[in-house]
Amino acid sequence: MYEFNYHRPTTLAEAKTLLESNADAKLVSGGMTLLPTMKLRLARPTDLVDIGNIRDLGGIRVDAKNVEVGAAVRHAEVASSADVRKAIPALSDLAGLIGDPQVRNRGTLGGSIANSDPAADYPAAVLGLGATIRTDRREIAADDYFLGMFETALEPGEIVVAVRFPRAKRAAYAKFPNPASRYAVVGVFVAETGAGIRVAVTGAGACAFRVPEMETALGRKFAADSLDGIEVDAAELNGDLHASPEYRAHLVGVMARRAVSAAGG
Amino acid sequence: MTVTVSFVLNGEDVSVDVEPRTLLVEALRDRLRRTGTHVGCDTSQCGACVVHVDGRSVKSCSMLAVQAEGAEVVTIEGLAKGGRLHPMQEAFREHHGLQCGFCTPGMIMSALDLVSQNPDPDENQIRHWLEGNLCRCTGYQNIVRAIKAGAQAMRSA
Repeated sequence: MYEFNYHRPTTLAEAKTLLESNADAKLVSGGMTLLPTMKLRLARPTDLVDIGNIRDLGGIRVDAKNVEVGAAVRHAEVASSADVRKAIPALSDLAGLIGDPQVRNRGTLGGSIANSDPAADYPAAVLGLGATIRTDRREIAADDYFLGMFETALEPGEIVVAVRFPRAKRAAYAKFPNPASRYAVVGVFVAETGAGIRVAVTGAGACAFRVPEMETALGRKFAADSLDGIEVDAAELNGDLHASPEYRAHLVGVMARRAVSAAGG
Repeated sequence: MTVTVSFVLNGEDVSVDVEPRTLLVEALRDRLRRTGTHVGCDTSQCGACVVHVDGRSVKSCSMLAVQAEGAEVVTIEGLAKGGRLHPMQEAFREHHGLQCGFCTPGMIMSALDLVSQNPDPDENQIRHWLEGNLCRCTGYQNIVRAIKAGAQAMRSA
C-alpha cells in the first residue's frame, strides 16, 4: 500500500482536528474494509486517524427503550453481549453472522455503516429497527442516512459516535451469505417496534432499502404467508457473478419469509 | 518515515521500528523473525496469518503493526512451554490435523480462541468457527477432530 501518516488520538476533539487539518485523511478503526482497499491501492489516504482508542466511541448502553452501541464497538462484542442478547436478540444474531470470527474481532459498527457497503449486514438492522445515528454534530434517522452505494448522509469530516437501536417487540434477520466472503447476497431484517413494522433489505440494492408493501402486509397479519405474491422489482437490484438481479429479487422474498417465521410470525 | 511500536510478544517486551503501512504480519515475520505465522492470501480470507491480540484471534495481514502498540500478541511460537507442545498442537500432531501444514498455525490460533469462549465445542460449532480459516489441502476432517480432541485435552489438563 502507499505510504501514509498514522495518528492515534484519544479524544473525539483531537480526531476532528486531525481530520480537518489533513484534507485526504481517513478514519480507521478495525480497518476490515479500508486496509484491504489500501492494499489494492484503490484508496490513497495521506493520513490515517485511528479512532479505535477513543473512549467516547466505545461501550454498549441498554435502557428500557433503546440499545445504544458505540461506533468503535466490535462485532464480536455486540454478538456476545448478554445485555444486547436480552434486549434485541436479532441484533446479536446479525452481529454474529458478519464475516468470520477474526473479522468480527476487529470490525466495528461505525466502520460498517460509515462505509455503507451494499452487501454489509449492519445497515439492515439500522434501517430495519429504525435506529438513530448519533454523530459528532447531530442525530440522523436511519431513513435519511443510507443514500446509495458507499454513500451516506455523513458530511465530510463527520464522525459516527454511536447508533441507538430501539428495542423491538419482535425482530429477526435472515441472510443468504456468499459462501466464500460471508457478505450478504441478500439479507432481510424484519422488526416490529413501537413505531410499527419495518422490513429492510441489504445486499440486493445499491444500499439498504425498505419494502413498504411487505410492511403493510405484515401490519395486517404478521405471518410469513402474508408476503406471498409480493415481489420486488428486479430492475433496480444488483447483478454480479454471484447472483443476477432476478435471483436477488427472489431471495428477498425467501429471506423475508424466513425472517418473519424466525420472529414468530 | 518510521515509528517505533512496542508490544508484548509471546510474553516478552519487544520494540520494533516500522513504517505506518507495515502490516502486523510483516513486522512479526520480517522484522522480529517469528516466521511461524504464515501469509497465505494476504486478503484477510484464508486465516493462515491468525495470531492473538489481547486474547482474541485476528488476521495479522489486515492489521497495521502500529495498531498493536501496547498489546499482548501471541503467535504459534508462544504456545509450547518448556519444550512441550501445547495440548492443541499435540492434538493436531496426534490426529494428523494437517497435510501440507501451511494453514496449521492459523488453524491452531483460531481454535484456541474458540476454546477460550467455548471449552467444549461440538463438531458443528467447530466447523462454523473455521469460516475464516481455509485449508487448501481440504484436510478439514482431521482438523475438526484435532480441535475437538485438543479442547478435551485442555479441559482435563
